[in-house]
Amino acid sequence: MDQAIRRFFDSDLWFSFTRSPVTIVSAIVAAICILGAVFAPWIAPHNPFDLASLNLIDAFKPPAWTEEGAREYVLGTDDQGRDVLSAIMYGARVSLLVGISATVFATLLGVSLGLLAGYLGGAIDSLLMRICDIQLTFPSILVALLVDGVVRAALPREVHADIALFVVIFAIGISEWPKFARTVRGSTLVERNKEYVQAARVIGVPKARIMVSHVLPNVIGPVLVVATLNLGLAILSEATLSFLGVGVPPTQPSLGTLIRIGNDFLFSGEWWITIFPGVALIAMVLSVNLLGDWLRDALNPKLR
Amino acid sequence: MFAFIVSRIFQALPVLLAVALISFAMFAYVGDPVAIMLGQDYTQAQRDALVAELGLDRPFWVQFATFIGNAAQGEFGLSYRLSRPVADLIAERAPATLELAFTAAALALIVGVPMGVYTGLYRNSWPSRFFLTFSLIGVSLPTFLIGILLILVFAVWLGWLPSFGRGDTVALGGWTTGFLTLTGLKALVLPAITLGLFQLTLIMRLVRAEMLEVLRTDYIKFARARGLPNRAVHFGHALKNTLVPVITIVGLQLGAIIAFAIVTETVFQWPGMGLLFIQSVGAADIPVMSAYLLLISLVFVTINLIVDLLYYAVDPRLRIGRGKGGH
Amino acid sequence: MRKLLMAAALGLALGGAMAEARTVRWSASGDPNTMDPHSQNLGTVTMVLQQIYDPLIQRTQDLGLAPGLATRWEQVEPNRWRFWLRQGVKFHEGQDFTAEDVVFSITRAQAPTSNYGIFVDTIDRAVQAEPFVVDIVTRVPDPILPNKIASVFIMSRAWSEQHNATRPQNTRAREEMHTTRATNGTGAFRLQTREPDVRTILARNNDWWGWQEPASREGNITEIIYRPISSDATRIAALLSGEIDFVLDPPLQDLNRLRAAQGIRVLEGPEVRTIFLAMDVHREELLYSDVRGRNPLRDLRVRQALYHAIDIQAIHRTTMRGQSVVTGTFFPPQVNGYVREEDVRLPYDQARARALLAEAGFPNGFGITLDCPNNRYINDEQICQAIVAMWARVGVRAQLNAMPLNLFFPKIQRDDTSIYLLGWGVPTLDALYSFQSLLRSRDGGQGNGIWNYGRYSNTRMDQLIDIMVNQSGEARTNAIREALRIYREDVPHIPLHHQMIPWAMRANFQIPHMANNQPYFRWARMN
Repeated sequence: MDQAIRRFFDSDLWFSFTRSPVTIVSAIVAAICILGAVFAPWIAPHNPFDLASLNLIDAFKPPAWTEEGAREYVLGTDDQGRDVLSAIMYGARVSLLVGISATVFATLLGVSLGLLAGYLGGAIDSLLMRICDIQLTFPSILVALLVDGVVRAALPREVHADIALFVVIFAIGISEWPKFARTVRGSTLVERNKEYVQAARVIGVPKARIMVSHVLPNVIGPVLVVATLNLGLAILSEATLSFLGVGVPPTQPSLGTLIRIGNDFLFSGEWWITIFPGVALIAMVLSVNLLGDWLRDALNPKLR
Repeated sequence: MFAFIVSRIFQALPVLLAVALISFAMFAYVGDPVAIMLGQDYTQAQRDALVAELGLDRPFWVQFATFIGNAAQGEFGLSYRLSRPVADLIAERAPATLELAFTAAALALIVGVPMGVYTGLYRNSWPSRFFLTFSLIGVSLPTFLIGILLILVFAVWLGWLPSFGRGDTVALGGWTTGFLTLTGLKALVLPAITLGLFQLTLIMRLVRAEMLEVLRTDYIKFARARGLPNRAVHFGHALKNTLVPVITIVGLQLGAIIAFAIVTETVFQWPGMGLLFIQSVGAADIPVMSAYLLLISLVFVTINLIVDLLYYAVDPRLRIGRGKGGH
Repeated sequence: MRKLLMAAALGLALGGAMAEARTVRWSASGDPNTMDPHSQNLGTVTMVLQQIYDPLIQRTQDLGLAPGLATRWEQVEPNRWRFWLRQGVKFHEGQDFTAEDVVFSITRAQAPTSNYGIFVDTIDRAVQAEPFVVDIVTRVPDPILPNKIASVFIMSRAWSEQHNATRPQNTRAREEMHTTRATNGTGAFRLQTREPDVRTILARNNDWWGWQEPASREGNITEIIYRPISSDATRIAALLSGEIDFVLDPPLQDLNRLRAAQGIRVLEGPEVRTIFLAMDVHREELLYSDVRGRNPLRDLRVRQALYHAIDIQAIHRTTMRGQSVVTGTFFPPQVNGYVREEDVRLPYDQARARALLAEAGFPNGFGITLDCPNNRYINDEQICQAIVAMWARVGVRAQLNAMPLNLFFPKIQRDDTSIYLLGWGVPTLDALYSFQSLLRSRDGGQGNGIWNYGRYSNTRMDQLIDIMVNQSGEARTNAIREALRIYREDVPHIPLHHQMIPWAMRANFQIPHMANNQPYFRWARMN
């Protein structure tokens, strides 16, 4: 373990990281967003889901530094007297949860199918890649909208509310998997013909084992890049769906939901209800995207 | 060539059939149309009569075939929400969406390609850095937030441009256009920017990346070595070679533009198909949803087909052995 | 092109008669879902149709009655009302207005596919007595028939027959008819363009009989362009930037800014509409609750507890931004039958609420789902959210199920609810309309309990409502008074407030504010 850590700090990756101030800042911002979201229940000043603690008397308080602000509510409160900062932390939690789950889902699905296609070739390859081609022509937000629309229409409202979160994760994940499959298949085709794989095949290592223990580790780099870049996209997709009112249920508001609700108050002077969740969303996505960009460039020696 | 086209069309058909099956399943089974039509008080006999009248007692495949037949003639029944034929509704809304999508795509190309070339050629100049940062923000800003901010600045604060709708339109046959009136053109500005911004940054980054790749190739080095002027190398050789992927992406992105039009239309109350779709989702208006689904798949499959054919025409290497090997 | 030329020619011709074209562009959040005058009894439909169609009796600016297509009316026998019709009136497409059209229209409104049944529920038949005289025969003496008939539009029989539209469009069966999009009334404006969800354009009918009436003589509007804009923010942005002149439903949170904005005027006034919570007091076990084997809402103490737990002043101040009139009953003072002494709320008292819940056997509260529309009444969803939070403080774990009106109404109309928020307007301005629709046991009698989705049933209440239907004078007044007392004591609903309806417009536009939330453009001026 020690050695691994030392190796990491000696690596090119770490070197290029320390040389890029933008990347360092992004990493810090991303870390703040993620930590704030993950530990929201312990560090958020209020619990926006505890209805009994809400009081309409506290509604529409502006941020603390303004004249009418209250110190208790740093970023102000919304129309129900909910603390905006806490709502953002809990909202970011939902956004991240959906974004990460959808990306993990897409990664698992895409990587397995990509490996299969690349390694087995033949009819399975053609079929899978054909499906990829077709799906890639449909923008992911549309696929997500349609999946969500079909499920919404097919299930009774009461059932739907309970599983809405999973529906959104599934809808976004299913719309993103082909990117992973494409990437993995490409790398697999290269790896497959390398000598060590051929050697393994010759000595009779089972296909599944070759795929997982020989090919997979060598394609993980590009997958990591695609996954990072995709995380930003998935978070945006979720926010867009929620903004359109078809995303996560209102009982678990994400950043997109908060922006949609706050949008009604934007022009009436209560700008903080929508601007702060918007800023949080942008900060989160931008930092993740910058990290992804850096990772891609750092792992691609051609561009160095 | 002909064989290629035919094979592509045959590959597209199963996709359309699969989508049609989903549409049909929604149309026929979701939300029990019979109960909705009959209202609260009905007898079993009334129900049976209606089921027979709607043909819901026939075998699944017969119903499906009827659905396909009707769909092919543009017959999707009546909207639950507006009590009007779905086909009419969509036909009325299509021009708005298509004009918006076209303008946004044109904007993205006209601005995005030069920006991409510039940032590719002068990698480290400060305008390039600015464009790149800007493009990253463009990718990270959600469309709806861009729209809201544009409305706030240009419609509410400055009062220069309208914040909603299409302005005045002129009817040309069955098509309504906003291109011919001043209010129509003004109304187009903000939604087109909102919709085109993401595509613009995408095209810029793509052209930049392609330029970087191409400039590194031997034949460019060779051209330089031959003493050709920079202009000729950059635009005659390099840019020309970046065009194939740009064509593909722009073509494929046309679909994305139509999809993201849903968001833009919602923010700007643009009376297009996207707004119709979102309102239908909110109202569980299944005939409209299923028709939109089918129509949009048709559009995508067609775009895909055209891009494939263009690709085929532009890049001779593809004429042999396409589909083999990696990308 | 020909159309364009014709329009230009028409414009020239009009230019001679009138000083200038005056166009008003206005907006609200919803679009009418039909142009059929007897299909959907909804404010969003009426706000367009009442510009086009005339009833026999019309409303004045303070919601009194004034001659419309009838110049005079009288209860000639207990069961017979007589209407003397205006002569020389023409429909927009040129047909002469006759007694036949009146008989036809009233019969049409009685059809089962009509949503206007409540206005014609006592009518047995309409008959032509003389060439321009129509008698309406009622099954029981109906003293408030003129109030109801003021909501029934008159259409042309010949035109309806010609276009195969002799019965109202049935929106539930989703049929498109000629009347879904076309109109032919006698009113002040005619329909020129109808694009659902996009825009509806009306043009002035210079031949309208009413332009000479004192109230409308000042009206100078020649064209009305209606565009629905569902997003609050966009609608207000459009008003501020001058793209539209008049917004019927400005969001409350924007009122202060609108008042401060230059060139914008806000008209405020009460609406004849009361917001309340109604609940299932019928089932043995609630559909959406965690209580098994009994229905907590059948227990008066539980209903009182939910009532005591609501801090209505906070909702008034914050959620409604002062734009509501807090009430303890279910119709406002403008309605005939209102009694000030019965308009008393149970006080906001959390301790009392907890005590009552404990007494009723729910010391730890219970769980329930609150159904709520999110685009029908002013800040409806926010009100529900606030109530859910208030209930949480006394231990009642309510889940909010907020949905758009086209899902909400079908759901409650199937009795598929445990407790729901409803707003009730009184177009007849008489208490009977509210009592009969909301509180009468559903026994199949026309109009009885048709909006009583909690299936409240009280024998004494039913008797009193029957007295309201059949009797007049003091007996009726006393019946209403007693029914209001029962309402207050028995808590079939939890009343919240009467809505205030601010209208916002550009300063150069004038229109009288109406408590029925209907803009009458015949009385409007554009300077």
